[in-house]
Amino acid sequence: MFLIYCPHCGEYREEEEFQNRGQAHIARPLDPDSCTDEEWGNYMFFRKNPKGLHHELWVHAAGCRKFFNVTRNTATYEIKEVYKIGEQPKVVA
Amino acid sequence: MSQKNRLQSGGRIDRSKPLTFTYNGKQLEGFAGDTLASALLANGVDLVGRSFKYSRPRGIVAAGAEEPNAIMQLGATEATQVPNVRATQQELFSGLVAGSTNGWPNVEMDLMGLVGKIGGKMMPPGFYYKTFMYPQSMWETYEKVIRQAAGLGRSPKEYDPDIYDKMNQHCDVMVVGAGPAGLMAALTAARGGARVIIADEQNEFGGSLLSSKETVDGKAAAAWVASVTKELEANENVLVLPRSTVNGYHDHNFLTIHQRMTEHLADRAPNGQVRARYHRVRAKWVVLATGAHERPLVFANNDVPGVMLAGAVSTYINRYGVVPGNELVLMTTNDNAYRTALDWHDAGRKVQAIVDTRKNPTGPLVEAARERGITVMAGSAVIDVQGSKRVSGVSVASISEDGSKVTGSVKKLSADTVASSGGWSPVVHLSCHTGSRPQWNDEIIGFVPGATVQKQLTAGAINGNFTTSGALEQGKQAGADALEKLGLKAADVAVPATVEIKESKPMALFHIPHTKPTSQAPKQFVDYQNDVTASGIELACREGFESIEHVKRYTAMGFGTDQGKLGNINGMAIAAKFLNQSIPETGTTIFRPNYTPITFGAIAGRDCKELFDPERYTAMHKWHLEHGAKFEDVGQWKRPWYFPKAGESMQEALNRECLATRESVGILDASTLGKIDIQGKDAREFLGRVYSNAWAKLPVGKCRYGLMLKEDGMVFDDGVTSCLGENHFLMTTTSGGAATVLTWLELYHQTEWPELEVYFTSVTDHWSTMTISGPNSRKLLEELTDADVSKEGFPYMDWKPMTVAGVPARVFRISFTGELSFEINVQANYGLHVWEKLFEHGAKYDLTPYGTETMHILRAEKGFIIAGQDTDGSVHPYDLGMGWAVSMNKPFSFIGKRGMKREDCVRSDRKQLVGLKTIDPNIVLPEGAQGVFDPTAPIPMPMVGHVTSSYWSANLGRSIAMGFVKGGLDKMGEKVYYPLVDGRIVEAEICSPIFLDPKGERQNV
Amino acid sequence: MQQYSGFGLLKHSLSHHENWQRVWRNPTPKKKYDVIIVGGGGHGLATAYYLAKQFGVTNVAVIEKGYLGGGNTARNTTIVRSNYLWDEAAHLYEHAMKLWEGLSQDLNYNVMFSQRGCLNLGHTLQDMRDIERRVNANRLNGIDGEVLDAKQVQEIVPALDCSENARYPVIGASWQPRAGIARHDAVAWGFARGADMHGVDLIQQTEVVDFIIEDGTVVGVKTDRYGDIKADRVGCVVAGHSGVMAAKAGFELPLESHPLQALVSEPIKPILDTVVMSNHVHGYASQSDKGDLVIGAGIDSYLGYGQRGSYSTIEHTIQAIVEMFPIFSRVRMNRQWGGIVDTCPDACPIISETPVKNLFFNCGWGTGGFKATPGSGNVFAASLAKGEMHELAKPFSMFRFHNGALIDEHGAAGVAH
Repeated sequence: MFLIYCPHCGEYREEEEFQNRGQAHIARPLDPDSCTDEEWGNYMFFRKNPKGLHHELWVHAAGCRKFFNVTRNTATYEIKEVYKIGEQPKVVA
Repeated sequence: MSQKNRLQSGGRIDRSKPLTFTYNGKQLEGFAGDTLASALLANGVDLVGRSFKYSRPRGIVAAGAEEPNAIMQLGATEATQVPNVRATQQELFSGLVAGSTNGWPNVEMDLMGLVGKIGGKMMPPGFYYKTFMYPQSMWETYEKVIRQAAGLGRSPKEYDPDIYDKMNQHCDVMVVGAGPAGLMAALTAARGGARVIIADEQNEFGGSLLSSKETVDGKAAAAWVASVTKELEANENVLVLPRSTVNGYHDHNFLTIHQRMTEHLADRAPNGQVRARYHRVRAKWVVLATGAHERPLVFANNDVPGVMLAGAVSTYINRYGVVPGNELVLMTTNDNAYRTALDWHDAGRKVQAIVDTRKNPTGPLVEAARERGITVMAGSAVIDVQGSKRVSGVSVASISEDGSKVTGSVKKLSADTVASSGGWSPVVHLSCHTGSRPQWNDEIIGFVPGATVQKQLTAGAINGNFTTSGALEQGKQAGADALEKLGLKAADVAVPATVEIKESKPMALFHIPHTKPTSQAPKQFVDYQNDVTASGIELACREGFESIEHVKRYTAMGFGTDQGKLGNINGMAIAAKFLNQSIPETGTTIFRPNYTPITFGAIAGRDCKELFDPERYTAMHKWHLEHGAKFEDVGQWKRPWYFPKAGESMQEALNRECLATRESVGILDASTLGKIDIQGKDAREFLGRVYSNAWAKLPVGKCRYGLMLKEDGMVFDDGVTSCLGENHFLMTTTSGGAATVLTWLELYHQTEWPELEVYFTSVTDHWSTMTISGPNSRKLLEELTDADVSKEGFPYMDWKPMTVAGVPARVFRISFTGELSFEINVQANYGLHVWEKLFEHGAKYDLTPYGTETMHILRAEKGFIIAGQDTDGSVHPYDLGMGWAVSMNKPFSFIGKRGMKREDCVRSDRKQLVGLKTIDPNIVLPEGAQGVFDPTAPIPMPMVGHVTSSYWSANLGRSIAMGFVKGGLDKMGEKVYYPLVDGRIVEAEICSPIFLDPKGERQNV
Repeated sequence: MQQYSGFGLLKHSLSHHENWQRVWRNPTPKKKYDVIIVGGGGHGLATAYYLAKQFGVTNVAVIEKGYLGGGNTARNTTIVRSNYLWDEAAHLYEHAMKLWEGLSQDLNYNVMFSQRGCLNLGHTLQDMRDIERRVNANRLNGIDGEVLDAKQVQEIVPALDCSENARYPVIGASWQPRAGIARHDAVAWGFARGADMHGVDLIQQTEVVDFIIEDGTVVGVKTDRYGDIKADRVGCVVAGHSGVMAAKAGFELPLESHPLQALVSEPIKPILDTVVMSNHVHGYASQSDKGDLVIGAGIDSYLGYGQRGSYSTIEHTIQAIVEMFPIFSRVRMNRQWGGIVDTCPDACPIISETPVKNLFFNCGWGTGGFKATPGSGNVFAASLAKGEMHELAKPFSMFRFHNGALIDEHGAAGVAH
């Protein structure tokens, strides 16, 4: 069970306060209407799903309610970094 | 003396406190400080159970968590039954009632044993996969018999009278195990100022020292333990937890501890006390000092009662003052176990022989045995055991140097006890829990913890360091390492002196050969509880189950309640030998939580019944209760479902509520609707993006209904949003969907459109909402407010601040019933007051409270959907005939717009929501009925859509329904058929879902 | 070829069980196969079995990086049922159900398929509407099902708390009598043995490290132990690792791999005769022939390849079990474990062609793969044999996530697991 550092609260808190929201850095296409079905489907559903480093979106749901990003190893479950929305990860595969 | 095996003195029991207990209906005595197992052995009880498959008699083997046989049913009353208690870990208390769990008609005279004897040969591993197949219909009959034979103890049939609690703990250092290593680690860390938790599964600290004759720091080991424990207890930074098993080690150094608070006192917790406490620990560093389990040797008939672990025999003698027999034969691969023979001898009973598998055992312990005149048979092994319900003798023979075969002739010795030791296996269980694979270490002949990503340290026997001095030294080092990693200053701790007895090299031997090949020799047990034998493991390998996981699964090795603590390594070694591989090549075994089993009640804690999930009530809940409301669970809310009067059926109540509302005025507690306050200069823009319709021009004071879609275009929530000010809106959501919607808004705001200035606040609980609906609702409201609520002064879809019943209110002229309606919102504290005032004034209009069911009927008469009932995540607004709520011309491509244009979403034959009128107006279609166009089609019959909502409409004097029909919007007037479960086929006509007042005149008055 | 029977057991017991043949060979792979199946779990082995037995394609290899049946096949809660809501799913699972009935005899291996029935409990009015909807759909699809009220539920499961005192009282349930449980390991072993008997090479402890793709067409696989092995067609059936394998083939899947945990109690005397599932309270349980209560936990929300999940998930599950079955409070939890489940957004599998020609994927079974094992293998085998998707598999194309033709079992069905 994870101990997660909320970059907004500045504290380590229990996993139960957070919700995972899947892969991070999936930008909504700026012009959805010009997307093909395939592009729109890719945006909505298709995911990297890596074994290893994963950049993922979490929300401090029972805390500050802020979303932020986590780089986590999906095999060992180590959290390598947390960073705010709009920032880029420093730890990359 | 009834306790025939009890020594006159010695041990850690209190002979001044005798305790009476019952075992299999017989009254026996033990002493305070006994375990159930030590008390049974003291009383000369040999037989404690029958084995699972062959129903063989079994006795106590071990003295701790690894015990496979002494699995008891505990409990004096039905409600306090506990199945499968390990007698070796259950402290004795006065009045304890225990029984063996297997054996029919009883454990002494077991008829199933006969079946085991006769049929045993036909029951090799996996025999059930190879038979019971024919004829197909017979399997269920075979299975009944198999199931009856399965299981150990039984579940109680009454509810648990005890309660359990939980504590969340945080510490710098969590020390697991309070033997010499753990105590030193805790002492060192504590002296350095760390916050420490130290837990041990036993009733007192000390671990191996509790049954040792060693000295530590120049005094008896127990005295040293007592002094360290005292220091730890006195330190306010240290939490000392005896009777506390660390059961699970999870990611990021999260551990669970099961603390038995009162299980040693009675089978029911004394009044006001909890039976067990669960600690949920988050530790900065963890020190595993979990020790080691002794490995028994595998030899023929090694399951006859009286065959025990050497270390366990010593524990019974030294700690409990019990010598579990008269004539001992000790078989060992190492020096360490010689202590057992010395203990036995020193207790005044006879040691027939020490059978050492090594050719030339030497060293102080060997000498000590010889000095006592004990026969040491070197290069030999106990290859077989005689006796059925108790050992009566053993067969000893010399074996080859590698231990692979019998080389000499067989000698018989008389004995009633066989102690065996194949060395020690580190307790690596917890280190495995976090996914770390243990590593084989040839030097110590065992697995030690492997690499880990956890902040974990290890000390003592878990590392294969089996000496007390080593444990103390490593414990200190682990404590010091933890301090250093925590950035705390080093502590002043000296490693206490011990007297080291030098031991020579042990032999790596697991499986004792027999004169016959393993397949033909008498059964040589590896896993007692599941009756897994050496020949069974060989058979598994012979059949191609070569991975150790396959071997385990095929033979069921390690799947018992002891989880292979005793047998797994031996099993691996036997498989490795048969496959001509090394043990690490054969594979490792992965242990998973729990270390030892824990009751579900202890893990669930207090979170059941009313605390299973919070119940949410509105401010008027008390009134509803007083007025006989029936409730419906909606999300966590308890909502009034309907308000039956005395003697009324549900349908009668609904008819009354519906008619009263349409004819005069009804009132609904709508407080549970989700309410989100939205502010900011971009609030309007934001609404336009998350709703499917237009918001750019909604003026202050106006309300609008909106559909919320997911990116795939499918409806997921709906509600009315009102413009409170130019940059201020109040959004309402479904009762169950409020939290999801709020998170949805925040997600898009924070991750996609952070440039928009908008703020969201949940205000669901801040407001009480009551809707008065019906032709007399205006008159009623006028009595309680000075505001102009006339048709002209307060038009439909407007909202106004006003005072209602003396309380500031927001009133919304919106309608979910199609009637003239006012939704009155007041600060929640005033809710009940306003509600009661409405009734005070409403009596003359027969103001009628109604619940969710009448609300559903009234809205269905108007064809309004309920998100979640008429939608299911697979329908978009056009499927619902709600294209009017979609604004395709908005400049921003709102959420859901692109999704609903996908190829599959624009098919003309999609299922579409329509009204349904049964041809027979008296038949109310069941909700969930599936429609077909051709009811004569064969099964599988093509279905065209289901009924989502269906009611008896008292207002219309007929049934009404809504449902999905393929291409239904273009099929008005056509027929659809509903074949029901009871065989009826109900015919219905497709129609508009608006059954009442299609022009909306009733609400516009 | 050795047939299994009670007589055989007797015969072998006279020779001390020394003459049992291997259940499967341990072959060295050939240079080329007609079909290579990547993944030797239940689904992969079933695929190989039906390819060889039913479709006559015997030049087949199954390549497994660990040991046969060592993934989710060995880690699930063994529930078999076919009462799915949507036609496409219902037909597929019912196809599997029909194969389950008679599977032991077909394989000559007792997979202990035990049709002790399955209850899906309803605790809210909407639950009951969903149950009615699903049962009606099931019946018209030829799948057995009934809607029961709380009293009938209580009669079937005396251990269940059907009183008003529960936080979410049981209102009723759907009941599928033909549903039940099976012995999970035996399913993998039975299919493996059957496949081997028909000439399929089962290659264990060998990892497929890459696909060999030429001009957009797969022509073989690269392995860590045996180098390149050629094949006309490759079927990838690797559950939780599907995303990892798809990445090697150069595409993404609409999948996420999550931890799914389960646990068992200590063995106790028979007390729970059927499978009981509650989506609302989030607990489900059955009792194995050995006496263990087999309990499924919820899925963890994050990606995880560690075969373990969060403790709080286990805790919530046990709270649900004690809430549903208060008498189990003093029964003890023995062991917990986790699998890696590949979940699709619509809670339905992918049995599909892929952007790479001749490379087929069978994945995305999420929390419900075990029950489909024979059906999944059967339709996948048919597809691999012909090079085009079987009728029952067609709706499960990965491309449905582009055109929008999802089969949303999440929605009203309320049936996970």
